[in-house]
Amino acid sequence: MRTNISKKKVRDEFVKKIEEISGQKLLACYQCGKCSAGCPAVGEMDILPNQVIRYAQLGFKEELLEANSVWVCASCYTCNVRCPKGIKIAEVMEAVRQVLLRKRKDHVDVPKLSAEQKAGVPAIALISNFRKFTS
Amino acid sequence: MKVSYYPGCTLKSNAKNFEDSTLCALRELGVDVQELRRWNCCGTVYSLATDDLMRHLASIRNLIRVKEAETDSVMTLCAMCYNTLKRVNEKVKSDPDSMQKIHKFMDEEKIAYQGDVKVRHLLELLREDIKFEAIRKKVKKPLKNLKVASYYGCLLVRPKEIGLDDMENPTVMDDLMAVLGAGTVDFPYKTECCGAYQTVDKPETVADRTYSILTSAQSRGAEVVSVSCPLCAFNLDHRQKETAKKHSDFKKMPILYFTQLLAIAMGCTEESLRLDLHYVDPKPLLRQKGLI
Repeated sequence: MRTNISKKKVRDEFVKKIEEISGQKLLACYQCGKCSAGCPAVGEMDILPNQVIRYAQLGFKEELLEANSVWVCASCYTCNVRCPKGIKIAEVMEAVRQVLLRKRKDHVDVPKLSAEQKAGVPAIALISNFRKFTS
Repeated sequence: MKVSYYPGCTLKSNAKNFEDSTLCALRELGVDVQELRRWNCCGTVYSLATDDLMRHLASIRNLIRVKEAETDSVMTLCAMCYNTLKRVNEKVKSDPDSMQKIHKFMDEEKIAYQGDVKVRHLLELLREDIKFEAIRKKVKKPLKNLKVASYYGCLLVRPKEIGLDDMENPTVMDDLMAVLGAGTVDFPYKTECCGAYQTVDKPETVADRTYSILTSAQSRGAEVVSVSCPLCAFNLDHRQKETAKKHSDFKKMPILYFTQLLAIAMGCTEESLRLDLHYVDPKPLLRQKGLI
């Protein structure tokens, strides 16, 4: 696959927004891959955690906003505590989710959940799920 | 010893077994537990967005309730409440500007919170205040011949500045189980995420995690897995139904809160264990071991 990297993308507002919401300096990442090596959710991600950071560095906005990785991430912080550069990858995941959620693009459609889905799980699951996946 | 207690939502419903067993065990240990008045949901998850202060309000209100109870420390049982309350507290303590902004949304509160409440988990209270050696002396029914794997999950140990034990190799629950007379089983998945709230919209994912975590504990010889989080408990226990459907070689096993095992050892009645709230019935195993 051919990928085009451009100054325009790198300097895009999107990159600044991700840095601002996450509070992270994306360019600190040197792509060692330790976050992806330890991530328990990696088997279900289309883009690995280190790639999420790389895409964010390079301003690959469309690719990131369409990726399922940020919705598979459960903020378990394994990546955060193991990153040798101290980058909080989970915060970057949250920033990408927030970019979508702040445009009312909810990941979980609450009215569409079945009665069983809602009644079958404890309050702690519903509240945390809706806090992470709805606007 | 008096302790101010924040239960959180699930302790009053699905995790009543967690609460009742704790209250009985602490009574046996001579602790006077006082539930906070007018507590509300902690928010369940700490907001990771730098500009999202609004979601810290729920936690701050609870910390104000602690101050209103004229104490400066609060005990939690649920790992998610512990993590969220403690992180919010640390956040406002280290960033007074954010506290000022949050105050503006809470002008009806009588106390302007200053970040001066200590959020503690029951495991810290047992380890540091009551002390394991004192617990050992009060064991009435040792958990002998019971092989327990302690599952810590994420939020008791991560991030590092919040965690109550070593983040890669915690042992506090194992140390407690050893004091109670149980055989402890170490296993590599003890801090691996169970999938948490993904259980609502992606139960199959959680079924796969449950499979990995529990088969790992079983391969090391565990008969029961002990937990400290109502969401981990739900995923590891109730999602065994989906796990068994998806993985034909999966063998179901009972999941217990560490406080249920503590309550058994302290001589609490079977009623306080609320074993009716489990998906995989722990009674056959506990009867076989002579523990109920």
